[in-house]
Amino acid sequence: MSRVKTLAGLRLVLARIAIRHGLGAPDREQAFALGASEVDHVLGGGLNRAALHEIHAPWADWSAAAGFCLALARRAAPERPLLWARPDFLDDEAGRLNGVGLAEFGVDPALLSLVRGRDAQAVLRAGMEAARCKSLGAALIEIVGTPHVLKNLTATLRLARAAEKSGVTLFLLRVGLEDAQTGPPPSAAASRWQARACLSRALSANAPGAPGFEITLLRHRGLTAERSWRLEWLRDQGLFHQIPEPDDAALPRSLPALPADGAVAPLRRRAG
Amino acid sequence: MRLCGGAPDEGPFALVEKRANAQRLFALDPAALAQGLTPGLSLSDARARLPSLLVAPADPAADRALLLRLAARCERYTPLAALDEPHGLVLDIAGCAHLFGGEEAMRARVIADFRAWGLTAQAAVAPSPDCARALARFSAGGTFTDQAEGAVARLPLAALEADEEIHFALGRAGFKTLGDLAARPTRVFAARFGNEFPFRLERLFGRADHRITPLRPPPDRMVERHFLEPFSQREAVESVIDDLLHDVALLLEQRGEGGRRFELSFFRADGHVRRLDIETLRPTRDEKFLARLFREKLDSLADPLDPGFGFDALRLAVPRAETCDAHQESFDGAARNDNERELSELLDRLTTRFGRARVLRFMREDAHEPERESRAVPASAPPSTWPAPVPGEPPARPLTLFDPPQPVEVVALAPDGPPARFRWRRKIHDVLRAEGPERIAPDWRLHGLEAPERDYYRVEDAEGRRFWLFRHGLYERGEAAPRWFLHGLFA
Repeated sequence: MSRVKTLAGLRLVLARIAIRHGLGAPDREQAFALGASEVDHVLGGGLNRAALHEIHAPWADWSAAAGFCLALARRAAPERPLLWARPDFLDDEAGRLNGVGLAEFGVDPALLSLVRGRDAQAVLRAGMEAARCKSLGAALIEIVGTPHVLKNLTATLRLARAAEKSGVTLFLLRVGLEDAQTGPPPSAAASRWQARACLSRALSANAPGAPGFEITLLRHRGLTAERSWRLEWLRDQGLFHQIPEPDDAALPRSLPALPADGAVAPLRRRAG
Repeated sequence: MRLCGGAPDEGPFALVEKRANAQRLFALDPAALAQGLTPGLSLSDARARLPSLLVAPADPAADRALLLRLAARCERYTPLAALDEPHGLVLDIAGCAHLFGGEEAMRARVIADFRAWGLTAQAAVAPSPDCARALARFSAGGTFTDQAEGAVARLPLAALEADEEIHFALGRAGFKTLGDLAARPTRVFAARFGNEFPFRLERLFGRADHRITPLRPPPDRMVERHFLEPFSQREAVESVIDDLLHDVALLLEQRGEGGRRFELSFFRADGHVRRLDIETLRPTRDEKFLARLFREKLDSLADPLDPGFGFDALRLAVPRAETCDAHQESFDGAARNDNERELSELLDRLTTRFGRARVLRFMREDAHEPERESRAVPASAPPSTWPAPVPGEPPARPLTLFDPPQPVEVVALAPDGPPARFRWRRKIHDVLRAEGPERIAPDWRLHGLEAPERDYYRVEDAEGRRFWLFRHGLYERGEAAPRWFLHGLFA
């Protein structure tokens, strides 16, 4: 028994060293690019496919972060089955996943399986099962706060190892960490991001444009300092694109008055 | 098989029912019968004769519920168990008796089991259900395989269980046993009592058979194991499950089938029956995979398997199976097939662990109301096809929908314009970009013609968060101020 424990302990130490020194670096085949060249350059070509990636988000940006994860999953495993594991109560907090909305975002709902877990433990368990299934392209695991099982490295390490073995890309979406006093919880993830919504590039008539994300790379092999970008997700091309810095920053302004004839436009894009 | 039991030990006991405005005895225990009381006697008469009589109201519904529970327990002996109302059970034991060491041994086992469950049972084994019923109710019981006719012939007329006038008439004519009736030509009785009568006799003598209707349809594919010594260790249970799966895999292979649903019944020595079900997305007879599913199921039970004093029988049935070819279809299809199989096995494992309601896929519904367009359904549903989004347009529908939509306070610059600012969950959002309205009328079949329309807006606040809001009702109709709701969140 004690020998087993020692072995597990040694593996943990080894894994920590490997993470720190970026050992087991991905070969080009194994990496997927985001499509935004500046980001891909910093990532050294892209993110590792057979790995665990962690995306943090404040509560208010949950849906943006979920969108960012979904888009990454699409980049990592286009046309392949996805699994999404989420805790029950998120349906009340963030709404139920909407098949039509997924399709509109560029994810074929027919390829997505949804597992609803009673608690974080169940969600992680489903994620672990998914991580071992070679025929899955990617899996998205949603965790709120820091449940007991994620207080140490063991759970994420197991996920990361399973992903390495099976080639399934894992995304651990973590919301509600902003209350944590102790800084980010330990994790064996190959990359760690912070994702927020950002203002889209307006279409005509000031309609909201392609989904925009403000992402910060917090940790990645070879990264020396945090980097932030503003990206938009181009669904039709299936890639991210960096939003050019605006000459005049978009500032809140009052909306122009509408014609008072009460007419209703047959098509959208009339507002404002 | 006749059952009576559950009476207190203290003394003469009777169940009473209210009939024709009087409390009358309905059923009696042996002590009360020995005192000369009979069913049908009024309670006041009975009390006059036997002041110490204990009574309780008769409860036919509870009797029936007990009988149903007992029938379920009897499925340990055979899957073909049926009620023989009002007070009996009938079991079709053809092909099962050898598992218990022959018919007489099986009968003794049944009676002993019932005694262990606190019930007194009387049982007879006979070639037909009617014959067995008559022998169980009107003789001391026993196993009558070859000499059934002789035994029935010695039964009293009461075994006919016919109308009172018939009994009266036959008694007047001097008949005493069923044998007396059988010695006469049947047409005599047919003329006097109707055509049903000879058939009744035929059935009682086991010359005409009729099938019983079991409580649950018997599965075609079924294997079972019985044990002399009950066992309770988890390892033993698992190894028996492995054996059963091996047998059922062979059975399915012979039939060229794979199962979609597997039902494992645990028969506890004290009569309790527990059933576990697993389902698979594809027909399978892979015993290793199925064993893993059952282990998963055992591990994830909210109400764990309680062996009590041990299980003495396990049965594995396959209520749902489909044809399933062992051969790979084609060489190039093999890899794809493997992938699909692996994925469906993952979903099976998850479904077994978390339940059908928690492993879902999206199904598209033919509805134009946003909340009904997409539904999360169990993974076993067929896949839907989804419309491709309009190229060049940002997502027109949000990633998530709130059910129900959440009320928000809105400030709009124009009465029928987009929101300029709204408050949701105590937070103020300034709207920077908006698109709309997209008018969606409620389904009049569900909400009636008067239901107000919804004007949807896609909006983005100063921090880039994207929301789907709608205004319920219109100003121009002169209704009260329209209300606003937040229906979903965009990515």
